[in-house]
Amino acid sequence: MGALNKQRNILDLTLSSLVRRKGKNLALVAVYSFVIFLLASVMFFTHSIKKESSLILQDAPEMTVQRLAAGRQDLIPTHYIDSIRKIRGVQSVAPRLWGYYYDALSGVNFTLMANADLKDRPGEIIIGNGVSWRSGTGKQSTRKNDIIPFKTDDGSVLTLKVKGILPFASELVTADLILLSETDFRKIFSVSGDHVTDLVLQVRNARELPTIAAKIKQMYPDTRQILREEILRTYEAVFDWRGGLIIVVLSGAFFAFIILVWDKATGLSGEEKREIGILKAIGWETSDILLMKFWEGAVLSLSAFFLGTFLAYLHIFLGSSILFEPVLKGWSVLYPHFRLTPSINAYQIATLFFLTVIPYTVATIVPSWRSATIDPDSVMRM
Amino acid sequence: MIRLQNIRKVFNAGKPNEFVAIQGVNLTIDAHGVTALKGPSGSGKTTLLSILGCLARPTSGRIMLQDREITSLPERFLTEIRRVTFGFMFQQFNLIKGLTALENVMIPAYPNGEKHASLKKRAMDLLDLLNLADKASSKVEWLSGGEGQRTAIARALINDPAIIIADEPTAHLDTRLSGEFMEIIGQFKKEGKTILIASHDPVVCESDAVDRIVDMRDGKVAPGDVP
Repeated sequence: MGALNKQRNILDLTLSSLVRRKGKNLALVAVYSFVIFLLASVMFFTHSIKKESSLILQDAPEMTVQRLAAGRQDLIPTHYIDSIRKIRGVQSVAPRLWGYYYDALSGVNFTLMANADLKDRPGEIIIGNGVSWRSGTGKQSTRKNDIIPFKTDDGSVLTLKVKGILPFASELVTADLILLSETDFRKIFSVSGDHVTDLVLQVRNARELPTIAAKIKQMYPDTRQILREEILRTYEAVFDWRGGLIIVVLSGAFFAFIILVWDKATGLSGEEKREIGILKAIGWETSDILLMKFWEGAVLSLSAFFLGTFLAYLHIFLGSSILFEPVLKGWSVLYPHFRLTPSINAYQIATLFFLTVIPYTVATIVPSWRSATIDPDSVMRM
Repeated sequence: MIRLQNIRKVFNAGKPNEFVAIQGVNLTIDAHGVTALKGPSGSGKTTLLSILGCLARPTSGRIMLQDREITSLPERFLTEIRRVTFGFMFQQFNLIKGLTALENVMIPAYPNGEKHASLKKRAMDLLDLLNLADKASSKVEWLSGGEGQRTAIARALINDPAIIIADEPTAHLDTRLSGEFMEIIGQFKKEGKTILIASHDPVVCESDAVDRIVDMRDGKVAPGDVP
């Protein structure tokens, strides 16, 4: 009980000490919180976006087959489908029709994709949230039953009616997406009926994917096979790289923080030294003084850590990562205004904690320890 | 109560600026009385007071506190003795700025692990005793010289020490406040406390409260003073 009271009493004095240097300590917490806010924002963002991408890609086909012409993706003939379906282990082969459409009116690119649900409903489209905001006047939202004009490859105009808007939650990949019927797709891009954009495969056993991919390559040397795992890996690499890029940019702020800690580590003010001398003279042990300085560092750094992390959480998960959006997402021309699903990696938080709170707290204790070991009689000569 | 045997204190030993502050002092301080160390500036009274109060160790010699040899005790034990046995009043008062008078009074007792509420009550009682209750929540830098002095006295008393050590306590006080200070010292004496004061102020040295004057000169107790 006595030990607990001692801790309480010393913590009480520590808080009083912090309050009397309000200006200095608030400035310190502000800088410290800002650095933690930036670092935590990058961590939250990269982790969540990777998680989000992998969740979305879980529903993606296990393998995509595309035809290449002169090293670039080309339309694939539909007769490939039957021969690929016959390969042992292939469960299904489905053709896909998709492409990019430049909308001169709003000056952005849309992704157009033929959808099986709209097969018998030519003239109708379902649009992503981003499209609903950007098309038309470029400001006002496009609503259900509105009409969007499309310029076809032969120069004529095809008007399609909005029959639905894709849910907000999937905006990361559907922001610029327009779903339409196969007939309308072929009209807009003049794609003949015996060609599709690519093929997607389902296999019975995921372990056979590399073997099946090799067989398709052998059968049709002009094709490439993209596995879901490869896409996932690419996403990871891209977002890690972007996260790293941000960290490099933020390293300036981080170095400023190191200088701050170094400044703290290399000396105490004359007033602080005097106070340590007084405390020693009136019967405080060196360990009591270190305990007080530990609490001081801990209170400051923990406040900054929680404040910075909390602000980063708000920034990333409620504020649509407004500061990093252009660099971290870089999503074509149409930036999705989406909210990431909150996802926090405890390991990352622990890393951030050990890289910021611990060095600061230690840095505060070191000079105090040096001062606390001075002879208590120095106070008699002040 | 405190016995000094052949105490010597050297600063910067072995260096070109070596300085002998105390030389061969033998002294016995009896309990329950007021002893004043008197002497000019540089005579060694503050150094001797530091040694008596366990704030500094002598370079050689022995210190006995109530028949216990404390010269060779580790720093941790000396700190505890300092906290429990002594109450200190410094020349500059040495109150911690930015904190209230009440907090300053409570500080020496924090490491004891006493319950905050009871400690606060004791500190308030002390401030009340010294007519400072209305200044309890004032920051110490707002206090007048006399109020600062009394806050320092309350701080010295918070752990109910047997011995009070005061270094030039009236150096920053006028004659009236110095007289009041000596009255307070007289009360402590009546309560059975042992008081050691280093001062060359006549108000202190000629006060009725003082039982014994130890004259110091050049780091030595002047001849005629019986150890």
